[in-house]
Amino acid sequence: MRYIEPHAHMVSRTTDDYVAMVTAGCKAVCEPAFWAGFDRSSSKGFYDYFRQLTEYEPARAAKFHLPHFSWLCINPKESEDLVLANEVIDLIPEFLDKPNVLGIGEIGLNKNSRNEMTILERHVDLAAQHQQLILVHTPHLEDKLKGTQLIVDLIKSDSRIDPSRVLIDHVEEHTVKYVMDAGMWGGITLYPESKATSPRAIDMIEAYGADRLWMNSACDWGVSVPLAVPYAAMEMRRRGYDDETIDQVFYKTPLAFLSQSQNFKLN
Amino acid sequence: MKPAKPQNPVDLYFMDARSKLIDIAAFMDRVEREGATDDFRYQAFLEALKELGQADRARSVLLSLSDPTKELIPAATTKAACGAWPGKG
Repeated sequence: MRYIEPHAHMVSRTTDDYVAMVTAGCKAVCEPAFWAGFDRSSSKGFYDYFRQLTEYEPARAAKFHLPHFSWLCINPKESEDLVLANEVIDLIPEFLDKPNVLGIGEIGLNKNSRNEMTILERHVDLAAQHQQLILVHTPHLEDKLKGTQLIVDLIKSDSRIDPSRVLIDHVEEHTVKYVMDAGMWGGITLYPESKATSPRAIDMIEAYGADRLWMNSACDWGVSVPLAVPYAAMEMRRRGYDDETIDQVFYKTPLAFLSQSQNFKLN
Repeated sequence: MKPAKPQNPVDLYFMDARSKLIDIAAFMDRVEREGATDDFRYQAFLEALKELGQADRARSVLLSLSDPTKELIPAATTKAACGAWPGKG
């Protein structure tokens, strides 16, 4: 099979993971900027991180013949400090011309606070000003329902943003319809302990179709599985799906969304 | 979307669901044994179990465990989520 991994934090993973992903059929990996597991002490740390995402990591992936793309932002987990967050957002335009940058992400909310919303609004404005795609992180667990609705409502209220150029990630059964009804795309994250399992993800795709829903591993420094996407493909095969449908779900659908960025090119 | 030749979901998933059901039962026994039943997360868990008696169960369970409010909070004092809304109790 062939597949695209639309959301993976490869800076946290080993080269063995690159080998396993390519061996399983991965044709491209996309890496949103995220929280490092600890708060960075200054915007200089983000400058280095953005260089890592746009220079070093693509070169590391290229050693395994895997095209690497990235999204830039300050994650909502670090948005409570408005001074830091604004400094980081001011850095982003310098990196938007890098050849592997797809857009602004993963932005969003974490605890649904006022400062998080202020920084989300700045990110959305930045995307609108630079005609960038948007990738959204939705909050965890009990905060997801409220956060997803707040995020979708904010983006819908900005007439400069085309909903079809926005992907709302980490949807679950109680948020997927809200995202689909808004005309946006949805991402289903396959985690062992939270978010969604493969069977639940496939249930959602059976209910809402694969036209605007993708699956990702969001593998990072926490409990996560870098091969979760091909494992989900195996689960679809177990349910009786044919190769053509599996190719649509795991390759053509993410390709359709990501190709809206002129930087997303596969050989 | 459905496969051309759908498999029987009970054939595919019964053993997995059976295993998880027993894990839930053992979890509840453990919490009771240790006298931790007044924890708001466990109380939310018991409330969510009631959603299994009707259709659309996965969505209903998730809604039961969610913050139902609409307003932004003044400030984030933690980064973590605990899986149940503390305001419900």
